Amino acid sequence: MNLNEIIEHARGKVLNPTVSTDHEILGACGADLMSDVLAVVKPEAVLLTGLCNPQVIRTAHMADVRAIIFLRGKQPTPDMIEMATQENIPLISCEKGMFDLCGKLYRAGLRSFESNMNGSHD
Amino acid sequence: MTNTIQEQQGRKGRTITDRDAHEITRVEELAYDLKISDVMNSNIKSLAPDQIMQDVFDLLRQNRISGAPVIENGQLAGIISQEDLMRALAESDLASPIRKYMTTQVKTIKTFEPVVKAIEVFTRTNLGRLPVLDENDKLAGMITKGDVTRGVLVAIRKDYQEEEIRRYRASHLFEDITSDRTSLILRYKIKPGDYVNGGQASSHIKRALVRLGATPQLARQCGIAVYEAEINLVIHSTNGGILRVQIEPHRILMQTTDDGPGIADIPQALQPGWSTASPLARSMGFGAGMGLVNIQRCVDKMELVSSAGKGTKLFMEIHLRPEEKFKAASDSNEAPGI
Repeated sequence: MNLNEIIEHARGKVLNPTVSTDHEILGACGADLMSDVLAVVKPEAVLLTGLCNPQVIRTAHMADVRAIIFLRGKQPTPDMIEMATQENIPLISCEKGMFDLCGKLYRAGLRSFESNMNGSHD
Repeated sequence: MTNTIQEQQGRKGRTITDRDAHEITRVEELAYDLKISDVMNSNIKSLAPDQIMQDVFDLLRQNRISGAPVIENGQLAGIISQEDLMRALAESDLASPIRKYMTTQVKTIKTFEPVVKAIEVFTRTNLGRLPVLDENDKLAGMITKGDVTRGVLVAIRKDYQEEEIRRYRASHLFEDITSDRTSLILRYKIKPGDYVNGGQASSHIKRALVRLGATPQLARQCGIAVYEAEINLVIHSTNGGILRVQIEPHRILMQTTDDGPGIADIPQALQPGWSTASPLARSMGFGAGMGLVNIQRCVDKMELVSSAGKGTKLFMEIHLRPEEKFKAASDSNEAPGI
């Protein structure tokens, strides 16, 4: 699914429009704890999170996350936006909650890019 | 003014969309960075006001240019263009002096102004060329839209080449230097409780590895390991600590060192989900008790040395698979005991 389609499903707003959002996204990961993200996320996923601080951007950089969607209208600071722009990571703000957006995207055909904790995949 | 592209005048810029903005960001930056003197043409053909219009005709045709400055007593007196020449031609008046047809109210620009200034003038007016004056108001050159485009393209190409060269140099580091055991050591001081800058060292490390030619998978594994270790220093250490990464052609050694408070029960600390992180750390998204577990998953070897009241040392090691190895000058890169 193209990231632009995901943004439409989320009715999201791109916060750093200088970064391209024209990417094919194969899967997503939803989490508020960054160590959980680092534990399970596969490369090139879109990250859905309710957490909003600089460590979300650092985590995304380390784990090769393709784009970040901040849920429930959370607004990152200008510093965070700058940091993400440097690493070429689109930041998207969305009014929906985690359950709602996960469900919408899953139904639209986006797969999970979280591995199970025992390392297995469904 | 040789080879100057003939300008179509009066064309207004189209609206820039966000999508375009991505492509033009660097161009915009350059428009502010580059000075007029960087892109102007200083090899100019000028005329004197008492020369005749036939001279203009010859000069423009021979040099395939669209206009030229007119100089009197070392000062810019005006500018004469194709359009002025056409007016003279229409009147069959090529024997008249240039003074009669030249434009004297000339908009000029200074050598030390940014290129964006010229772009503004070209966009706002119908002008296709501007005389450039130096700080003493002497004519230093001419600038056209074509010069701006060419100047920016050259600068972009240089940018691109510089990053390529940087990458190339870094990726050949181990090949270019011969020793029995070559290693590159990166060292970072990590401050306690700094949740804003915490993680920055890991960003630098990941970027360095990519420049050195690490595969994305290797850069990611190292990145996650050092990030978790760095954040542990931010969350738990009393006085901060040192993050040290030693890159060798066949392996990467990572290490954090701090001087307290130490870990009382190491097996417990290694349990998934166990955490002693503060409420502040938890509010930042940490304290899931997955840090050390994540590190273990990313590295080939991990060792945690600590006791309560003393400092903590965390050793991590990744052995590079044959396809991941940094190219080295000698293949005997596992010289023991050196």
